[in-house]
Amino acid sequence: MGSTSSTLLKIPNVEVLMQETGFSPAHMIRLHDRFKALDKEGRGHLCPQDFGAIKELAMNPIGDRIIGAFFCPGKETVDFHTFVKILAHFRPVDKNRPKEPNSPEPINSRSNKLRFAFQLYDQDKDGKISRDELLKVLQAMLGMQVTEEQLESIADRTIQEADLDRDDAISFEEFRKVSPEILHSRCFIKV
Amino acid sequence: MESYLFPFDSLICMLLGISFTVWFTLLLVFIIVPAIFGVSFGIRRLYMKSLIKLFEWATLRMERGAKEKNQHLYKPYSNGIIAKEPLSLEQEIQDMRRGGAEPEFDMSDIFYFCRRGVESIVDDEVTKRFTAEELESWNLLTRSNYNFHHISTQLTALWGVGVLIRYGFLLPLRVTLAFTGVGLLVVLTSIVGLFPNGRMKSYLSDKVHLMCYRICVRALTAIITYHDRENKPKNGGICVANHTSPIDVIILASDGCYAMVGQVHGGLIGVIQRAMVKACPHIWFERSEVKDRHLVAKRLSDHVADKSKLPILIFPEGTCINNTSVMMFKKGSFEIGCTVYPVAIKYDPRFGDAFWNSSKFGMVNYLLHMMSSWAIVCSVWYLPPMSRMEGEDAVQFANRVKAAIARKGGLADLLWDGGLKRGKVKEVFKEEQQKLYSKVLVGRSRHVISVHSKCHQ
Repeated sequence: MGSTSSTLLKIPNVEVLMQETGFSPAHMIRLHDRFKALDKEGRGHLCPQDFGAIKELAMNPIGDRIIGAFFCPGKETVDFHTFVKILAHFRPVDKNRPKEPNSPEPINSRSNKLRFAFQLYDQDKDGKISRDELLKVLQAMLGMQVTEEQLESIADRTIQEADLDRDDAISFEEFRKVSPEILHSRCFIKV
Repeated sequence: MESYLFPFDSLICMLLGISFTVWFTLLLVFIIVPAIFGVSFGIRRLYMKSLIKLFEWATLRMERGAKEKNQHLYKPYSNGIIAKEPLSLEQEIQDMRRGGAEPEFDMSDIFYFCRRGVESIVDDEVTKRFTAEELESWNLLTRSNYNFHHISTQLTALWGVGVLIRYGFLLPLRVTLAFTGVGLLVVLTSIVGLFPNGRMKSYLSDKVHLMCYRICVRALTAIITYHDRENKPKNGGICVANHTSPIDVIILASDGCYAMVGQVHGGLIGVIQRAMVKACPHIWFERSEVKDRHLVAKRLSDHVADKSKLPILIFPEGTCINNTSVMMFKKGSFEIGCTVYPVAIKYDPRFGDAFWNSSKFGMVNYLLHMMSSWAIVCSVWYLPPMSRMEGEDAVQFANRVKAAIARKGGLADLLWDGGLKRGKVKEVFKEEQQKLYSKVLVGRSRHVISVHSKCHQ
């Protein structure tokens, strides 16, 4: 029990968060409730098992990669701050945002969304998607449904088409070039 | 000094005595006697109508107040962060690639799975079913409301009065009734158990059970509307219903006589179980017997084969669901091969949330919640009997019954297993996703892939 404004105040640094992420107060409350619901033991932070308990996520072929995206390398927990900032990637792009030269790029810009997806591929974080990493993702998405050879040929073809500097890996710039423009309006969560 | 207190003492004693007598007489006349005979004065319906008017007023007042103060009301449904569009995997991926370009792997295909994954992190279908339903209007119970704050003195005062009434008047009344009902059940069934088996005994046992359940119904201020009573379950059949809370049993058993099925418990429930089985045959299993499916099936079929025994009451979902949907039915009860009488139970959430979240609340806590709500209002539909058709296996039959119940009760028919609340997701579901995606890629472009692989040799 409590007012909307007082529930909002219970969330630490909520003003800063709202500004950084662009979520509205109602969304913040919604996400906070969700965070608390996932945090079944009330510890104030989430661990990979809490995410793993979400059934629909467990049946997602790249579910564990998505979970991994929430955790900074070396960290075993996610606090609410990080949780919201990562989810902010999936807000639709603000079309009417004025282009200020010195302000940092908003979290939900097309570029940052692409970077998020790039990191899903690039698990060793070396800035490039190697053939192996691509194969691993293909395996996750296709499982036993295709043969090894088919997987390899898909990987080869993809690298061939995207790899412009011929280093047998796909850098972020190359990834950007092959990604469709329409990405942000359909592929991400709408408000 | 004592003589100075004495007159007051006796006066107080007299007042207490009189009020207790009045109280119990009222209780007897208005609640217990009608319960025995199965009649109703209509007090509860009147109560329900006035409550509805009150809630409508409260909601309007709240919305108006929020507008005046320009505050943001938190409405669970309309503030959805996600606008989920029920498109199939194929359509989504095609859309993503600007209208089905080449059906070959594209690096951006990962976005589809990514989005689905994040959507489920923000809100997932299954967890939603296992937490209490979110309400649009406010029923003066702060446990179901995120918007309560000092919008107006009127509303706060009303809420305060509500608390007083619920905890100070209704709760003690209901607890008294509950104890009376349960106590009578134990005592009277034991007495009936002393009779020799025969028609007299069954008749008495029926009457006793019905009477006690009716008292319990009043102990919860449950206002139940029964529909299609002509389809009520008959002897030699199995009655199947969707499960929201342990109260379901009381609700159904106050309108008809059933043989209960369940595990033997210790404590108070064990006492009740042992007493009930003296009056008429119920099916109680020891914990060890529950695992043995053949034994369970045999006992159920034996009971069903004996036409003098009451219809069995079973909740095939296996766990309490939050009454917005019906989950997968376990097929055990559908394998027995007798007539199945489906029943749909739908609670009206405006008055009190009957859903029991067993991972969050214990039984006592839950009962206290129930007894301090305004009322439990629900509807029961008796559906026409169904039997297994030629060439239909138990699972298909179970799904058919489930669909019928969901349709009648206005509940969503979900494919998810109620056991998901506790268990792990089966690998099968992940494979399904992979299959769908591979069909998009490989199915149509098989020749393209093979051509490419030939070129690279």
